[in-house]
Amino acid sequence: MSEIISLIIEFFKTGLFAVGGGLATIPFLTEMGEKFGWFTVEELSTMIAVSESTPGPIGINMATYVGYDVGGLFGGLIATLSLVAPSVIVICIIANYFDRFKDSKLVKEIFNGLKPAVIAFIIAATLSLFISTLLNVGNNGLGFINFKTCILLGILYLFMMKFPKLHPIFVIVIAAIVGIIFKF
Amino acid sequence: MKLLWDLYLTWFKMGLFTFGGGYAMLPMIQKEVIDKHHWATEEEIMNYYAIGQCTPGIIAVNTATFVGYYLKGVVGGVIATLGVISPSVIIITVIAALISNFMEIEMVKHALLGINVAVCALMIKSISGLWKKSIKNIGSFTVFAIALLLSVLTDISTVYLVILSGILGVVLSRMKVIR
Repeated sequence: MSEIISLIIEFFKTGLFAVGGGLATIPFLTEMGEKFGWFTVEELSTMIAVSESTPGPIGINMATYVGYDVGGLFGGLIATLSLVAPSVIVICIIANYFDRFKDSKLVKEIFNGLKPAVIAFIIAATLSLFISTLLNVGNNGLGFINFKTCILLGILYLFMMKFPKLHPIFVIVIAAIVGIIFKF
Repeated sequence: MKLLWDLYLTWFKMGLFTFGGGYAMLPMIQKEVIDKHHWATEEEIMNYYAIGQCTPGIIAVNTATFVGYYLKGVVGGVIATLGVISPSVIIITVIAALISNFMEIEMVKHALLGINVAVCALMIKSISGLWKKSIKNIGSFTVFAIALLLSVLTDISTVYLVILSGILGVVLSRMKVIR
């Protein structure tokens, strides 16, 4: 029982202070491992790898995994709910204010700057995915082009241009099947 | 009631097919939230992303809460969030409980690399769409270039970059080089 209470406190704290998305929670998780001995650094890196490889936002997956590790099914649920609770509260408050101020001249001017910046953040966040997917990083650390993935990328992109109404889920499922058949 | 159920199911679906962080959800948000249900415009989603960068929590959850809140108040925000986290809780619990060597399964590795290619293709499409709509003048290009260089080449927290871009937005708007 005391572990469940610790999970609630620790994940609520993480949700409240980890600013900038799922990966920002990693330092908090590392600290949890050290403080409570719930898991080792190696176990945490496995949890991060699994969280990156399964559906769902990474931050949520990691919270469920750590919670499950500590307190089973209930632990996973409690850790996840505790992680998201602070942001739901904070965003509801901000959304309420934002609605009132969003048409003001100053807020519009601020968002004139934020819009192009967000595109830059999205590109920066997906850059490592592009590199790890399209290049084979050899032992000497040099990147070599992964022909299989590059060709699939070209084909998928042309396909999406030809059929712009295609649902992203369809593209993801097709690519997963191609990956399995051609042993990516 | 119908709307809340739709909200839950839609975010459940998006959580189920998002691989990676909150930004990787963008193609799904464009399809489901913007095109299909008209719950938000692309511009609004960009605003939520920007706010989500400097507020606590997971970006995907922040965006879900925003969309849900504007539809149905606090209840809507909670329901959308529960929708987006449900698939993770189910899938991770199953994997943690039953599959101890998940990362070593050959088929998982192959499928995952294929999925990553799909995410790359979807992101190129989403980003180029945003680019056409948002980078229309020298001012917006300048802010974009500064934000990209600083976030790729330095360790400066995105929170400060958001503040910097906001200030640049005000200054450049008053200089009439951005709108």
